[in-house]
Amino acid sequence: MIDILPAAIEVLMRWDVALALLVGSIGGVAIGAIPGVGPAVAIAILLPATFSMDPIVGLTLLLGIYGSSMYGGAIPAILINTPGTAVNALTTYDGYPMTARGEGRRALSLAYSASFVGGIFSVLCLILLSPVLAKVAPMFGSREIFLAALLGIILVVVAHRGQMLIAAALSGFGILLSTVGLEPAAYTRRYTFEQSWLAGGIDLIVVVLGLFALSQAFLLMTMDDEKVRLPRARGSLLQGFRELARHPRVAGVSASFGVVMGMIPGVGEFTAQFMSYTSARNLSKSPQSFGNGSSEGLIASETANNAVPAAAMIPLLALGIPGEALTAMMLSVFYVHNVVPGPGLFQNDMDFVVALYLALLILNVLVVLFLLASTNQLVHLTRIPNRFLGMCVLLLSFVGVYSIRNSTVDCLIAAGFGMLGFVLKRLNLPIVPIILGMVLGGIMEVKFRTSMARVRDPLDFIERPIAFILFCLIIVILLSTIWRARRDWKAADRRTPQKKASQAFSKRISGRSTRHFENRTKQQRRRRFYDHVGS
Amino acid sequence: MSKPQLLEVKTRVSGQVVFVVFGFLVALFLLSQIGTQTEWNDRARTIAAQPRLWPAVALCVMVAGFGLHWRLMRRRRPNSLDWGEARRWIEPLEFLVWFIVYVFAVPRLGFLPMSLLFACALTWRLGYRSKGALAVAALFAVAVTVVFKGLLGVNIPGGQIYELLPGSVRTFFLVYL
Repeated sequence: MIDILPAAIEVLMRWDVALALLVGSIGGVAIGAIPGVGPAVAIAILLPATFSMDPIVGLTLLLGIYGSSMYGGAIPAILINTPGTAVNALTTYDGYPMTARGEGRRALSLAYSASFVGGIFSVLCLILLSPVLAKVAPMFGSREIFLAALLGIILVVVAHRGQMLIAAALSGFGILLSTVGLEPAAYTRRYTFEQSWLAGGIDLIVVVLGLFALSQAFLLMTMDDEKVRLPRARGSLLQGFRELARHPRVAGVSASFGVVMGMIPGVGEFTAQFMSYTSARNLSKSPQSFGNGSSEGLIASETANNAVPAAAMIPLLALGIPGEALTAMMLSVFYVHNVVPGPGLFQNDMDFVVALYLALLILNVLVVLFLLASTNQLVHLTRIPNRFLGMCVLLLSFVGVYSIRNSTVDCLIAAGFGMLGFVLKRLNLPIVPIILGMVLGGIMEVKFRTSMARVRDPLDFIERPIAFILFCLIIVILLSTIWRARRDWKAADRRTPQKKASQAFSKRISGRSTRHFENRTKQQRRRRFYDHVGS
Repeated sequence: MSKPQLLEVKTRVSGQVVFVVFGFLVALFLLSQIGTQTEWNDRARTIAAQPRLWPAVALCVMVAGFGLHWRLMRRRRPNSLDWGEARRWIEPLEFLVWFIVYVFAVPRLGFLPMSLLFACALTWRLGYRSKGALAVAALFAVAVTVVFKGLLGVNIPGGQIYELLPGSVRTFFLVYL
């Protein structure tokens, strides 16, 4: 590792890489600070532009946006109670009440310092884990990668509690999209309906741009503008760093949750921050203050969500399996440049991997310095009107889609997916399962075909230790999900409110004619009794 | 708030049944076409090599997912609230038409002129009619052109209208604007 360090530093010293890091980190903060844009939209739009760059330059730019947007997203979450990115939603719980108390700068400072600790902690974990990954990754053959991708799909579905069936259906839709066109084994057409424009398949980036960018433009343009009143905030932006030092346990536990959840494909920031928030509340001496401006709550959510980006790179770099939508987009940058992420990357291109780690490390420092210097100016970005922002996103989406291959058909497909994304966003249904279904579906098909060619007996498939562990994990997750669903299952109450009220009343007065009144008397007596005890 | 409550996402109920039934019917239709839209390869050595396998898996998951969700819904038939929400889904069609017109116009009229026109006209349409708003929109269009086509060199062809320009100016416009 240490002998690769000079080579990695040399890569980072290149002017184009340094510029990409600077633009990515500053741009990411600005994008995060504008509610309604978010890193997914920005990365989707910039993706085709990065294809003409070196893989390290393109990835540094995208990583910069990914890693720094959550820093910026905390600004509107804390100051105007609107999360800049979706993962800053929990920051509003404690950040905004602090602003309402006149402690806005303290909250911002805490958010920056917690994000910094989360970011640095996860990169250090990534660096420490890389020798282990370099040893473990080559043990992943076709069948292990197939099982890991399957596990990723299952976890994406399971992570959408309350929407599991829809998430499953949408990931099925994603898998179907990945199969459209000429299939690579026997070269037969699948679901092309004799249309030549479908023979080449449906491009992932076109779908991503439609579902994330165009749909967001449509959503913003059909919204009303909100009047934003920025509160006055006093105090130093450095006080949060001192305050964070008083809560090392909360920061440590939350960062660990971020790293662990980030590494598991399909789980991501939401679960990480919710789990860290819950554990911080359980560990706290003042759990009642959570949700009312608790500094520990703010630290927990911000540390956890910033620890995820670096950790999410682990399955992508080591196995070539993206864990969520943003890393799925980054995977396409690898493919365009013929760099195949997976076990071979750690063996053949370790300097590339270390350069990415270092870029992430520098990124966190750059972002904090930038935020300390420019928070006063960045807060004004929250004032951009929604519909005007929608126009900007629509124009940029065109650049993204059209620059792939100057195809009008691509633009029409993206527009169609934009409408689908708009409906999904209106209904608050998940989009990520479609993207992951599309990426992981393709991986599963190829790896399943390769691995089954060498398997004689079905049990041979899980004879290797890692395959067996992954298989057991899949079974345990499926069984526990089915068990939980059965435990929580309640038959849907389809009665009208009138019917419900009349049935409740008839149930109450059925039986003896005086029972209804007897119950009432008993209740009154009991209440009187407790009143007496209480006094 | 308990952990399950925090983790659970609130979906919009109105309109959901329309979307779910539509998704279910599309999935059923596609599944019914599997015999004609995919092939069964007799020479394939294992089931994994069958071209039909993954479309079938995907469609079965879609049919089961949408179907079960529909079955478990509290309201299985759409009412006026659902149709009201469904009517809101066609609201962005106007902007979709703006986008398509822009897509078809760029190769003819050029990226910079069309972006300027598109940004200013759409800003006007969205209700920002002050000179300042239009100036910001125009500035944004110029910035996008300069950054993406001029600096990053993204692949957007020059407009046919640029052919009318004189020699060196034409080359500059074709390459950078």
